[in-house]
Amino acid sequence: MTLLNPTWTALLYLAAAACFILALKGLNSPKTARRGNLIGAFGALLAVVTVFVSVKLDNIPWILGAIAVGSGVAAPVARRVQMTQMPQLVALFNGVGGGAAALVALLELSHADDPWVRLAIVFTLLVGAGSFAGSGVTFAKLQGLMTTRPVTFPGLPALMAVVLLAAAGAGTVVILNGSLVLALVLLILGLVAGVLLVLPVGGADVPIVISLLNAFTGLAVAASGLVLGNVLLVVAGTLVGASGTILTRAMAAAMGRSVAGIMFGAFKGGSTAGSTAVSERPVRSSSAEDVAVLLGYAQRVIIVPGYGLAVAQGQHTAAELALALEARGIEVDFAIHPVAGRMPGHMNVLLAEANVPYESLKEMSDINSEFRTTDVALVVGANDVVNPAAKTTSGSPIYGMPILEVADARQVVFLKRSMRPGFAGIENELLYEPQTTLLFGDAKDSLTKVLGAVKAL
Amino acid sequence: MDGMSLLTITVLAVFVGFEVVSKVSSTLHTPLMSGANAIHGIILVGAIIVAGQAADPLVLAVALLAVVLATINLVGGFVVTDRMLEMFRGRQRPPSNAGSGVPGSPGDSGAVETAHKERRQ
Repeated sequence: MTLLNPTWTALLYLAAAACFILALKGLNSPKTARRGNLIGAFGALLAVVTVFVSVKLDNIPWILGAIAVGSGVAAPVARRVQMTQMPQLVALFNGVGGGAAALVALLELSHADDPWVRLAIVFTLLVGAGSFAGSGVTFAKLQGLMTTRPVTFPGLPALMAVVLLAAAGAGTVVILNGSLVLALVLLILGLVAGVLLVLPVGGADVPIVISLLNAFTGLAVAASGLVLGNVLLVVAGTLVGASGTILTRAMAAAMGRSVAGIMFGAFKGGSTAGSTAVSERPVRSSSAEDVAVLLGYAQRVIIVPGYGLAVAQGQHTAAELALALEARGIEVDFAIHPVAGRMPGHMNVLLAEANVPYESLKEMSDINSEFRTTDVALVVGANDVVNPAAKTTSGSPIYGMPILEVADARQVVFLKRSMRPGFAGIENELLYEPQTTLLFGDAKDSLTKVLGAVKAL
Repeated sequence: MDGMSLLTITVLAVFVGFEVVSKVSSTLHTPLMSGANAIHGIILVGAIIVAGQAADPLVLAVALLAVVLATINLVGGFVVTDRMLEMFRGRQRPPSNAGSGVPGSPGDSGAVETAHKERRQ
Protein backbone atom coordinates (compact mmCIF):
# COMPACT_ATOMS: atom_id res chain seq x y z
CA MET A 1 0.00 0.00 0.00
CA THR A 2 1.34 3.44 -0.86
CA LEU A 3 1.56 5.76 2.05
CA LEU A 4 0.27 9.29 2.15
CA ASN A 5 3.03 11.81 1.52
CA PRO A 6 4.25 13.96 4.45
CA THR A 7 2.64 17.16 3.15
CA TRP A 8 -0.83 15.66 3.04
CA THR A 9 -0.25 14.02 6.39
CA ALA A 10 0.73 17.35 7.92
CA LEU A 11 -2.32 19.04 6.37
CA LEU A 12 -4.68 16.39 7.75
CA TYR A 13 -3.13 16.69 11.22
CA LEU A 14 -3.49 20.46 10.96
CA ALA A 15 -7.18 20.02 10.11
CA ALA A 16 -7.57 17.74 13.14
CA ALA A 17 -5.86 20.30 15.38
CA ALA A 18 -8.19 23.01 14.08
CA CYS A 19 -11.15 20.74 14.89
CA PHE A 20 -9.93 20.47 18.49
CA ILE A 21 -9.67 24.25 18.82
CA LEU A 22 -13.19 24.63 17.38
CA ALA A 23 -14.40 21.96 19.81
CA LEU A 24 -13.11 23.86 22.84
CA LYS A 25 -14.44 27.11 21.40
CA GLY A 26 -17.87 25.56 20.79
CA LEU A 27 -18.03 24.32 24.38
CA ASN A 28 -18.17 27.94 25.51
CA SER A 29 -21.89 28.27 24.83
CA PRO A 30 -24.79 25.87 25.37
CA LYS A 31 -26.01 26.63 21.84
CA THR A 32 -22.85 25.48 20.11
CA ALA A 33 -21.49 23.00 22.65
CA ARG A 34 -22.87 19.81 21.18
CA ARG A 35 -21.77 20.70 17.67
CA GLY A 36 -18.36 21.65 19.08
CA ASN A 37 -17.94 18.28 20.72
CA LEU A 38 -18.92 16.48 17.51
CA ILE A 39 -16.36 18.56 15.58
CA GLY A 40 -13.77 17.42 18.11
CA ALA A 41 -14.79 13.78 17.67
CA PHE A 42 -14.54 14.21 13.89
CA GLY A 43 -11.04 15.65 14.30
CA ALA A 44 -10.03 12.64 16.37
CA LEU A 45 -11.41 10.24 13.76
CA LEU A 46 -9.58 12.13 11.02
CA ALA A 47 -6.31 11.91 12.95
CA VAL A 48 -6.66 8.17 13.62
CA VAL A 49 -7.43 7.44 9.96
CA THR A 50 -4.47 9.62 8.95
CA VAL A 51 -2.04 7.66 11.11
CA PHE A 52 -3.13 4.39 9.47
CA VAL A 53 -2.54 5.70 5.95
CA SER A 54 0.61 7.74 6.56
CA VAL A 55 2.90 5.53 8.68
CA LYS A 56 4.17 2.07 7.75
CA LEU A 57 2.50 -0.06 10.43
CA ASP A 58 2.86 -3.72 11.29
CA ASN A 59 0.46 -5.63 13.55
CA ILE A 60 -2.55 -3.81 12.10
CA PRO A 61 -5.06 -6.59 13.00
CA TRP A 62 -3.83 -6.47 16.58
CA ILE A 63 -4.13 -2.69 16.70
CA LEU A 64 -7.66 -2.74 15.27
CA GLY A 65 -8.56 -5.43 17.80
CA ALA A 66 -7.23 -3.28 20.65
CA ILE A 67 -9.22 -0.28 19.40
CA ALA A 68 -12.33 -2.47 19.22
CA VAL A 69 -11.76 -3.65 22.79
CA GLY A 70 -11.27 -0.08 24.03
CA SER A 71 -14.37 1.18 22.24
CA GLY A 72 -16.34 -1.85 23.40
CA VAL A 73 -15.47 -1.04 27.00
CA ALA A 74 -15.84 2.73 26.84
CA ALA A 75 -18.94 3.34 24.72
CA PRO A 76 -21.46 1.29 26.76
CA VAL A 77 -20.11 2.66 30.05
CA ALA A 78 -20.26 6.24 28.71
CA ARG A 79 -23.78 5.69 27.44
CA ARG A 80 -25.18 4.10 30.57
CA VAL A 81 -23.47 5.96 33.38
CA GLN A 82 -25.76 7.82 35.76
CA MET A 83 -25.27 11.56 35.45
CA THR A 84 -24.59 11.69 39.19
CA GLN A 85 -21.56 9.46 38.62
CA MET A 86 -20.20 11.64 35.84
CA PRO A 87 -17.28 13.08 37.85
CA GLN A 88 -15.75 9.71 38.65
CA LEU A 89 -16.12 8.58 35.06
CA VAL A 90 -14.31 11.67 33.79
CA ALA A 91 -11.60 10.96 36.37
CA LEU A 92 -11.32 7.39 35.11
CA PHE A 93 -11.11 8.38 31.42
CA ASN A 94 -8.51 10.98 32.32
CA GLY A 95 -6.44 8.46 34.23
CA VAL A 96 -6.30 5.90 31.42
CA GLY A 97 -5.22 8.65 29.00
CA GLY A 98 -2.33 9.53 31.30
CA GLY A 99 -1.44 5.85 31.60
CA ALA A 100 -1.40 5.46 27.81
CA ALA A 101 0.92 8.47 27.46
CA ALA A 102 3.31 7.01 30.05
CA LEU A 103 3.39 3.62 28.27
CA VAL A 104 4.05 5.24 24.88
CA ALA A 105 6.96 7.20 26.39
CA LEU A 106 8.36 4.07 28.03
CA LEU A 107 8.37 2.17 24.73
CA GLU A 108 9.97 5.04 22.83
CA LEU A 109 12.96 5.13 25.19
CA SER A 110 14.88 2.50 23.20
CA HIS A 111 14.62 4.69 20.05
CA ALA A 112 15.65 7.91 21.78
CA ASP A 113 19.28 8.98 21.49
CA ASP A 114 18.82 12.72 21.84
CA PRO A 115 18.96 13.85 25.52
CA TRP A 116 16.19 16.40 24.85
CA VAL A 117 13.90 13.64 23.62
CA ARG A 118 14.81 11.62 26.71
CA LEU A 119 13.90 14.63 28.85
CA ALA A 120 10.45 14.67 27.24
CA ILE A 121 10.20 10.91 27.92
CA VAL A 122 11.09 11.41 31.59
CA PHE A 123 8.47 14.14 31.89
CA THR A 124 5.78 12.02 30.21
CA LEU A 125 6.57 8.99 32.37
CA LEU A 126 6.35 10.93 35.60
CA VAL A 127 3.34 13.12 34.79
CA GLY A 128 1.41 10.42 32.90
CA ALA A 129 1.88 7.86 35.68
CA GLY A 130 1.07 10.52 38.30
CA SER A 131 -2.13 11.43 36.49
CA PHE A 132 -3.07 7.75 36.18
CA ALA A 133 -2.61 7.00 39.89
CA GLY A 134 -4.02 10.33 41.05
CA SER A 135 -7.13 9.84 38.93
CA GLY A 136 -7.48 6.35 40.39
CA VAL A 137 -7.51 7.76 43.93
CA THR A 138 -9.96 10.49 42.84
CA PHE A 139 -12.21 7.82 41.36
CA ALA A 140 -12.07 5.81 44.59
CA LYS A 141 -12.95 8.88 46.65
CA LEU A 142 -15.90 9.89 44.45
CA GLN A 143 -17.18 6.35 44.07
CA GLY A 144 -17.17 5.95 47.84
CA LEU A 145 -14.54 3.19 47.75
CA MET A 146 -12.52 5.18 50.27
CA THR A 147 -13.12 8.10 52.60
CA THR A 148 -13.69 11.50 51.02
CA ARG A 149 -11.99 13.13 53.98
CA PRO A 150 -8.40 14.28 53.55
CA VAL A 151 -5.96 11.47 54.29
CA THR A 152 -2.78 12.75 55.87
CA PHE A 153 -0.14 11.23 58.04
CA PRO A 154 2.93 12.66 59.71
CA GLY A 155 5.80 12.71 57.29
CA LEU A 156 3.63 12.86 54.17
CA PRO A 157 5.27 16.08 52.93
CA ALA A 158 8.69 14.57 53.66
CA LEU A 159 7.78 11.37 51.82
CA MET A 160 6.56 13.42 48.86
CA ALA A 161 9.84 15.34 48.84
CA VAL A 162 11.83 12.09 48.93
CA VAL A 163 9.78 10.64 46.04
CA LEU A 164 10.28 13.77 43.94
CA LEU A 165 14.02 13.90 44.68
CA ALA A 166 14.37 10.22 43.80
CA ALA A 167 12.42 10.89 40.59
CA ALA A 168 14.73 13.78 39.74
CA GLY A 169 17.75 11.51 40.30
CA ALA A 170 16.36 8.61 38.28
CA GLY A 171 15.24 11.04 35.58
CA THR A 172 18.73 12.50 35.27
CA VAL A 173 20.26 9.06 34.79
CA VAL A 174 17.60 8.14 32.20
CA ILE A 175 18.38 11.34 30.28
CA LEU A 176 22.11 10.57 30.38
CA ASN A 177 22.14 6.87 29.45
CA GLY A 178 18.57 5.85 28.60
CA SER A 179 18.39 3.11 31.27
CA LEU A 180 15.16 1.12 30.90
CA VAL A 181 15.30 -0.15 34.49
CA LEU A 182 15.44 3.37 35.87
CA ALA A 183 12.64 4.39 33.52
CA LEU A 184 10.51 1.69 35.16
CA VAL A 185 11.54 3.04 38.57
CA LEU A 186 10.47 6.47 37.36
CA LEU A 187 7.10 5.06 36.32
CA ILE A 188 6.59 3.65 39.82
CA LEU A 189 7.71 6.89 41.45
CA GLY A 190 5.20 8.73 39.26
CA LEU A 191 2.43 6.41 40.48
CA VAL A 192 3.42 6.98 44.12
CA ALA A 193 3.62 10.75 43.62
CA GLY A 194 0.13 10.77 42.06
CA VAL A 195 -1.33 8.93 45.04
CA LEU A 196 0.44 11.17 47.56
CA LEU A 197 -0.73 14.27 45.70
CA VAL A 198 -4.42 13.40 45.85
CA LEU A 199 -4.68 11.64 49.24
CA PRO A 200 -4.64 14.86 51.32
CA VAL A 201 -7.29 16.53 49.16
CA GLY A 202 -10.67 16.19 50.75
CA GLY A 203 -14.37 16.49 50.20
CA ALA A 204 -15.56 19.24 47.94
CA ASP A 205 -12.10 19.90 46.48
CA VAL A 206 -11.79 16.52 44.76
CA PRO A 207 -13.44 17.70 41.48
CA ILE A 208 -10.95 20.54 41.16
CA VAL A 209 -8.25 17.90 41.30
CA ILE A 210 -9.85 16.07 38.36
CA SER A 211 -9.53 19.24 36.34
CA LEU A 212 -5.91 19.67 37.41
CA LEU A 213 -5.05 16.06 36.55
CA ASN A 214 -6.79 16.60 33.22
CA ALA A 215 -4.36 19.43 32.53
CA PHE A 216 -1.49 17.16 33.65
CA THR A 217 -2.52 14.45 31.20
CA GLY A 218 -2.69 17.10 28.49
CA LEU A 219 0.90 18.10 29.21
CA ALA A 220 2.01 14.46 29.24
CA VAL A 221 0.39 13.96 25.83
CA ALA A 222 2.10 17.11 24.52
CA ALA A 223 5.46 15.83 25.77
CA SER A 224 4.87 12.45 24.14
CA GLY A 225 4.18 14.38 20.93
CA LEU A 226 7.66 15.89 21.26
CA VAL A 227 9.05 12.38 21.74
CA LEU A 228 7.35 11.04 18.62
CA GLY A 229 7.86 14.26 16.63
CA ASN A 230 4.08 14.36 16.11
CA VAL A 231 2.77 17.93 15.86
CA LEU A 232 -0.88 16.97 16.42
CA LEU A 233 -0.11 15.41 19.81
CA VAL A 234 1.89 18.52 20.75
CA VAL A 235 -0.92 20.88 19.80
CA ALA A 236 -3.78 18.81 21.27
CA GLY A 237 -1.90 18.10 24.51
CA THR A 238 -0.83 21.71 24.94
CA LEU A 239 -4.39 22.94 24.29
CA VAL A 240 -5.74 20.66 26.99
CA GLY A 241 -2.90 21.53 29.35
CA ALA A 242 -3.49 25.26 28.96
CA SER A 243 -7.29 25.20 28.96
CA GLY A 244 -7.29 22.73 31.85
CA THR A 245 -5.12 25.06 33.88
CA ILE A 246 -7.44 28.01 33.25
CA LEU A 247 -10.49 25.89 34.01
CA THR A 248 -8.96 24.65 37.25
CA ARG A 249 -8.30 28.22 38.33
CA ALA A 250 -11.83 29.31 37.38
CA MET A 251 -13.32 26.46 39.41
CA ALA A 252 -11.11 27.18 42.39
CA ALA A 253 -12.08 30.87 42.19
CA ALA A 254 -15.76 29.88 42.24
CA MET A 255 -15.08 28.20 45.58
CA GLY A 256 -13.06 31.12 46.88
CA ARG A 257 -9.95 28.96 47.09
CA SER A 258 -6.57 28.99 45.48
CA VAL A 259 -5.34 25.93 43.62
CA ALA A 260 -2.30 25.75 45.91
CA GLY A 261 -4.59 25.97 48.93
CA ILE A 262 -6.60 23.02 47.64
CA MET A 263 -3.59 20.85 46.84
CA PHE A 264 -1.56 21.58 49.93
CA GLY A 265 -4.23 22.85 52.34
CA ALA A 266 -4.38 19.62 54.34
CA PHE A 267 -0.69 19.88 55.08
CA LYS A 268 -1.38 23.17 56.83
CA GLY A 269 -4.69 22.12 58.36
CA GLY A 270 -6.72 24.55 56.28
CA SER A 271 -8.55 22.08 54.09
CA THR A 272 -12.21 21.17 53.99
CA ALA A 273 -11.78 18.71 56.83
CA GLY A 274 -14.85 19.63 58.90
CA SER A 275 -16.78 17.32 61.14
CA THR A 276 -19.61 14.88 60.66
CA ALA A 277 -21.14 15.44 64.07
CA VAL A 278 -24.91 15.81 64.29
CA SER A 279 -26.10 18.87 66.15
CA GLU A 280 -28.76 18.68 68.90
CA ARG A 281 -29.93 22.30 68.63
CA PRO A 282 -33.66 22.91 68.04
CA VAL A 283 -34.93 23.66 64.53
CA ARG A 284 -38.36 24.34 63.07
CA SER A 285 -39.47 21.36 61.06
CA SER A 286 -42.68 21.26 59.15
CA SER A 287 -44.99 19.14 56.99
CA ALA A 288 -45.16 18.89 53.20
CA GLU A 289 -48.59 20.57 53.26
CA ASP A 290 -47.21 23.61 55.11
CA VAL A 291 -44.37 23.89 52.62
CA ALA A 292 -46.86 23.63 49.75
CA VAL A 293 -48.85 26.54 51.21
CA LEU A 294 -45.70 28.64 51.53
CA LEU A 295 -44.78 27.92 47.92
CA GLY A 296 -48.27 28.01 46.42
CA TYR A 297 -49.08 31.51 47.65
CA ALA A 298 -45.72 33.07 46.88
CA GLN A 299 -45.06 35.49 44.03
CA ARG A 300 -41.51 34.47 43.43
CA VAL A 301 -39.74 31.21 44.27
CA ILE A 302 -36.11 30.32 43.74
CA ILE A 303 -35.15 26.66 43.92
CA VAL A 304 -31.59 25.96 45.04
CA PRO A 305 -30.70 22.39 44.08
CA GLY A 306 -27.76 20.54 45.56
CA TYR A 307 -26.16 17.15 45.33
CA GLY A 308 -28.77 15.63 47.68
CA LEU A 309 -31.34 16.23 44.95
CA ALA A 310 -29.23 14.37 42.43
CA VAL A 311 -28.50 11.46 44.76
CA ALA A 312 -32.22 11.03 45.37
CA GLN A 313 -32.79 11.24 41.58
CA GLY A 314 -35.28 14.02 42.33
CA GLN A 315 -34.38 16.30 39.40
CA HIS A 316 -37.48 15.33 37.45
CA THR A 317 -39.77 15.93 40.42
CA ALA A 318 -38.12 19.30 41.04
CA ALA A 319 -38.72 20.22 37.38
CA GLU A 320 -42.38 19.14 37.74
CA LEU A 321 -42.77 21.20 40.90
CA ALA A 322 -41.38 24.24 39.07
CA LEU A 323 -43.93 23.70 36.28
CA ALA A 324 -46.79 23.29 38.77
CA LEU A 325 -45.81 26.54 40.50
CA GLU A 326 -45.44 28.36 37.17
CA ALA A 327 -48.94 27.16 36.27
CA ARG A 328 -50.14 29.08 39.34
CA GLY A 329 -48.51 32.23 37.97
CA ILE A 330 -45.51 32.05 40.26
CA GLU A 331 -42.16 33.07 38.92
CA VAL A 332 -39.74 30.18 39.43
CA ASP A 333 -36.01 29.99 38.77
CA PHE A 334 -33.26 27.57 39.65
CA ALA A 335 -30.22 29.15 41.28
CA ILE A 336 -27.12 27.17 40.45
CA HIS A 337 -24.00 27.53 42.50
CA PRO A 338 -20.89 27.04 40.35
CA VAL A 339 -19.84 24.04 42.42
CA ALA A 340 -23.29 22.59 43.14
CA GLY A 341 -23.15 18.83 42.74
CA ARG A 342 -19.93 16.90 42.81
CA MET A 343 -18.15 18.85 40.13
CA PRO A 344 -18.34 22.44 38.86
CA GLY A 345 -21.23 22.68 36.44
CA HIS A 346 -22.49 19.23 37.45
CA MET A 347 -25.90 20.48 38.60
CA ASN A 348 -26.55 22.08 35.22
CA VAL A 349 -26.04 18.70 33.59
CA LEU A 350 -28.35 16.97 36.07
CA LEU A 351 -31.14 19.51 35.60
CA ALA A 352 -30.69 19.50 31.84
CA GLU A 353 -31.27 15.75 32.07
CA ALA A 354 -34.63 16.54 33.71
CA ASN A 355 -35.52 18.80 30.76
CA VAL A 356 -35.21 22.05 32.69
CA PRO A 357 -34.41 24.62 29.96
CA TYR A 358 -31.02 26.19 30.53
CA GLU A 359 -32.58 29.67 30.52
CA SER A 360 -34.21 28.80 33.86
CA LEU A 361 -30.88 27.92 35.40
CA LYS A 362 -29.48 31.14 36.81
CA GLU A 363 -25.84 31.58 37.65
CA MET A 364 -24.97 32.78 41.11
CA SER A 365 -23.78 36.24 40.07
CA ASP A 366 -27.01 36.87 38.14
CA ILE A 367 -29.46 35.73 40.77
CA ASN A 368 -27.92 36.68 44.11
CA SER A 369 -29.42 40.18 44.04
CA GLU A 370 -32.87 38.68 43.40
CA PHE A 371 -33.15 36.76 46.68
CA ARG A 372 -34.09 40.04 48.38
CA THR A 373 -37.32 40.18 46.38
CA THR A 374 -37.99 36.46 46.70
CA ASP A 375 -40.74 35.05 48.88
CA VAL A 376 -39.46 31.52 49.26
CA ALA A 377 -36.02 30.07 48.63
CA LEU A 378 -36.43 26.31 48.41
CA VAL A 379 -33.11 24.61 49.17
CA VAL A 380 -33.18 20.96 48.07
CA GLY A 381 -30.31 18.79 49.18
CA ALA A 382 -27.81 21.67 49.24
CA ASN A 383 -25.96 22.90 52.26
CA ASP A 384 -22.44 24.25 51.93
CA VAL A 385 -23.28 26.48 48.96
CA VAL A 386 -25.84 28.42 51.03
CA ASN A 387 -23.93 28.38 54.31
CA PRO A 388 -23.40 31.93 55.64
CA ALA A 389 -20.35 30.63 57.52
CA ALA A 390 -18.52 31.20 54.23
CA LYS A 391 -18.95 34.94 54.87
CA THR A 392 -18.98 35.22 58.65
CA THR A 393 -16.73 32.57 60.17
CA SER A 394 -13.14 33.26 59.27
CA GLY A 395 -11.97 29.95 60.75
CA SER A 396 -14.38 27.91 58.67
CA PRO A 397 -13.01 25.65 55.94
CA ILE A 398 -15.38 27.22 53.41
CA TYR A 399 -14.58 30.79 54.50
CA GLY A 400 -14.30 33.00 51.41
CA MET A 401 -16.36 30.76 49.16
CA PRO A 402 -19.02 32.85 47.38
CA ILE A 403 -22.46 31.56 48.38
CA LEU A 404 -26.04 31.86 47.20
CA GLU A 405 -27.62 34.52 49.42
CA VAL A 406 -30.74 32.51 50.32
CA ALA A 407 -30.78 34.15 53.77
CA ASP A 408 -32.04 37.33 52.02
CA ALA A 409 -35.29 35.64 51.01
CA ARG A 410 -38.38 36.16 53.17
CA GLN A 411 -38.72 32.45 53.85
CA VAL A 412 -36.16 29.70 53.47
CA VAL A 413 -37.26 26.09 53.18
CA PHE A 414 -34.68 23.33 53.44
CA LEU A 415 -35.50 19.84 52.22
CA LYS A 416 -32.93 17.75 54.05
CA ARG A 417 -32.36 14.12 54.74
CA SER A 418 -31.11 14.74 58.26
CA MET A 419 -29.27 17.30 60.35
CA ARG A 420 -25.94 15.94 59.21
CA PRO A 421 -23.66 18.64 57.80
CA GLY A 422 -22.88 18.77 54.07
CA PHE A 423 -20.00 17.43 52.00
CA ALA A 424 -17.56 19.87 53.56
CA GLY A 425 -18.77 18.87 57.03
CA ILE A 426 -19.61 22.30 58.42
CA GLU A 427 -22.59 23.30 60.54
CA ASN A 428 -25.03 25.67 58.80
CA GLU A 429 -26.29 28.48 61.08
CA LEU A 430 -29.05 29.29 58.62
CA LEU A 431 -30.89 26.15 59.69
CA TYR A 432 -31.55 27.70 63.10
CA GLU A 433 -32.74 31.12 61.87
CA PRO A 434 -36.37 32.16 62.45
CA GLN A 435 -37.24 32.46 58.74
CA THR A 436 -36.10 28.89 58.10
CA THR A 437 -38.39 25.86 57.83
CA LEU A 438 -37.12 22.32 57.46
CA LEU A 439 -38.76 19.35 55.87
CA PHE A 440 -36.91 16.15 56.65
CA GLY A 441 -36.75 13.16 54.34
CA ASP A 442 -35.37 11.88 51.07
CA ALA A 443 -35.30 14.78 48.60
CA LYS A 444 -37.40 12.97 46.01
CA ASP A 445 -40.02 11.77 48.50
CA SER A 446 -40.31 15.23 50.01
CA LEU A 447 -40.61 16.87 46.60
CA THR A 448 -43.26 14.36 45.53
CA LYS A 449 -45.30 15.09 48.66
CA VAL A 450 -44.91 18.85 48.23
CA LEU A 451 -45.84 18.58 44.55
CA GLY A 452 -48.98 16.61 45.43
CA ALA A 453 -49.92 19.16 48.09
CA VAL A 454 -49.35 22.09 45.71
CA LYS A 455 -51.59 20.49 43.10
CA ALA A 456 -54.27 19.99 45.78
CA LEU A 457 -54.25 23.66 46.83
CA MET B 1 10.47 18.96 12.39
CA ASP B 2 13.19 20.98 14.11
CA GLY B 3 13.07 21.88 17.78
CA MET B 4 12.53 25.59 17.24
CA SER B 5 9.39 25.05 15.13
CA LEU B 6 7.99 22.64 17.73
CA LEU B 7 8.68 25.18 20.47
CA THR B 8 6.93 27.91 18.45
CA ILE B 9 3.89 25.69 17.92
CA THR B 10 3.79 24.72 21.59
CA VAL B 11 3.91 28.31 22.83
CA LEU B 12 1.22 29.42 20.39
CA ALA B 13 -0.95 26.46 21.41
CA VAL B 14 -0.63 27.55 25.05
CA PHE B 15 -2.04 30.96 24.17
CA VAL B 16 -4.85 29.46 22.10
CA GLY B 17 -5.67 27.11 25.00
CA PHE B 18 -5.83 30.02 27.45
CA GLU B 19 -7.89 32.12 25.07
CA VAL B 20 -10.58 29.62 24.05
CA VAL B 21 -11.73 28.85 27.58
CA SER B 22 -11.13 32.17 29.32
CA LYS B 23 -14.76 33.31 29.10
CA VAL B 24 -16.59 30.02 29.56
CA SER B 25 -19.64 30.15 31.85
CA SER B 26 -19.77 27.92 34.89
CA THR B 27 -22.87 26.29 33.33
CA LEU B 28 -20.59 24.37 31.01
CA HIS B 29 -17.66 23.60 33.28
CA THR B 30 -18.45 19.90 33.48
CA PRO B 31 -18.89 19.32 29.72
CA LEU B 32 -15.84 21.45 28.99
CA MET B 33 -13.70 19.42 31.36
CA SER B 34 -15.07 16.24 29.87
CA GLY B 35 -14.55 17.49 26.30
CA ALA B 36 -10.96 18.57 26.97
CA ASN B 37 -10.46 15.19 28.59
CA ALA B 38 -11.60 13.48 25.39
CA ILE B 39 -9.19 15.54 23.30
CA HIS B 40 -6.10 14.29 25.08
CA GLY B 41 -7.27 10.78 24.20
CA ILE B 42 -5.63 11.58 20.87
CA ILE B 43 -2.56 9.97 22.46
CA LEU B 44 -4.17 7.02 20.63
CA VAL B 45 -2.30 8.21 17.54
CA GLY B 46 0.99 7.85 19.44
CA ALA B 47 -0.01 4.45 20.80
CA ILE B 48 -0.89 3.21 17.29
CA ILE B 49 2.49 4.36 15.93
CA VAL B 50 4.36 2.58 18.73
CA ALA B 51 2.28 -0.59 18.36
CA GLY B 52 2.74 -0.56 14.58
CA GLN B 53 6.50 -0.47 14.93
CA ALA B 54 6.77 -3.07 17.69
CA ALA B 55 8.90 -6.10 16.74
CA ASP B 56 9.17 -7.73 20.15
CA PRO B 57 6.01 -9.47 21.55
CA LEU B 58 6.42 -7.87 24.97
CA VAL B 59 6.74 -4.41 23.42
CA LEU B 60 3.67 -5.13 21.29
CA ALA B 61 1.69 -6.24 24.35
CA VAL B 62 2.51 -3.05 26.25
CA ALA B 63 1.79 -0.93 23.17
CA LEU B 64 -1.57 -2.65 22.67
CA LEU B 65 -2.41 -1.94 26.30
CA ALA B 66 -1.66 1.71 25.56
CA VAL B 67 -3.95 1.53 22.50
CA VAL B 68 -6.79 0.10 24.62
CA LEU B 69 -6.35 2.73 27.35
CA ALA B 70 -6.12 5.59 24.85
CA THR B 71 -9.22 4.37 23.00
CA ILE B 72 -11.17 4.25 26.26
CA ASN B 73 -10.12 7.86 26.92
CA LEU B 74 -10.94 9.05 23.41
CA VAL B 75 -14.18 7.20 22.66
CA GLY B 76 -15.56 7.31 26.20
CA GLY B 77 -14.72 11.00 26.51
CA PHE B 78 -16.50 12.11 23.37
CA VAL B 79 -19.52 9.84 23.93
CA VAL B 80 -20.09 10.95 27.51
CA THR B 81 -19.66 14.62 26.60
CA ASP B 82 -22.16 14.24 23.79
CA ARG B 83 -24.63 12.59 26.13
CA MET B 84 -24.35 15.49 28.55
CA LEU B 85 -24.70 18.15 25.89
CA GLU B 86 -27.61 16.41 24.21
CA MET B 87 -29.59 17.25 27.35
CA PHE B 88 -28.84 20.97 27.28
CA ARG B 89 -31.96 22.31 25.65
CA GLY B 90 -33.45 25.74 25.37
CA ARG B 91 -37.00 26.49 26.37
CA GLN B 92 -39.44 24.77 23.99
CA ARG B 93 -41.64 27.16 22.07
CA PRO B 94 -45.23 26.48 21.08
CA PRO B 95 -45.31 25.24 17.47
CA SER B 96 -47.77 28.00 16.45
CA ASN B 97 -44.95 30.52 16.87
CA ALA B 98 -43.42 31.19 13.46
CA GLY B 99 -39.70 30.94 12.83
CA SER B 100 -37.22 28.23 13.56
CA GLY B 101 -38.75 25.48 15.61
CA VAL B 102 -35.47 23.82 16.42
CA PRO B 103 -34.78 24.21 20.13
CA GLY B 104 -31.38 25.59 20.88
CA SER B 105 -30.84 27.24 17.50
CA PRO B 106 -29.47 30.76 17.84
CA GLY B 107 -32.56 32.59 16.57
CA ASP B 108 -34.83 30.54 18.74
CA SER B 109 -33.13 31.20 21.98
CA GLY B 110 -32.80 34.92 21.24
CA ALA B 111 -36.57 35.08 20.99
CA VAL B 112 -36.88 33.03 24.16
CA GLU B 113 -34.65 35.44 26.00
CA THR B 114 -36.94 38.32 25.02
CA ALA B 115 -40.06 36.42 25.97
CA HIS B 116 -38.49 35.61 29.30
CA LYS B 117 -37.73 39.25 30.02
CA GLU B 118 -41.21 40.34 29.03
CA ARG B 119 -42.69 37.88 31.48
CA ARG B 120 -40.60 39.40 34.22
CA GLN B 121 -41.89 42.93 33.75
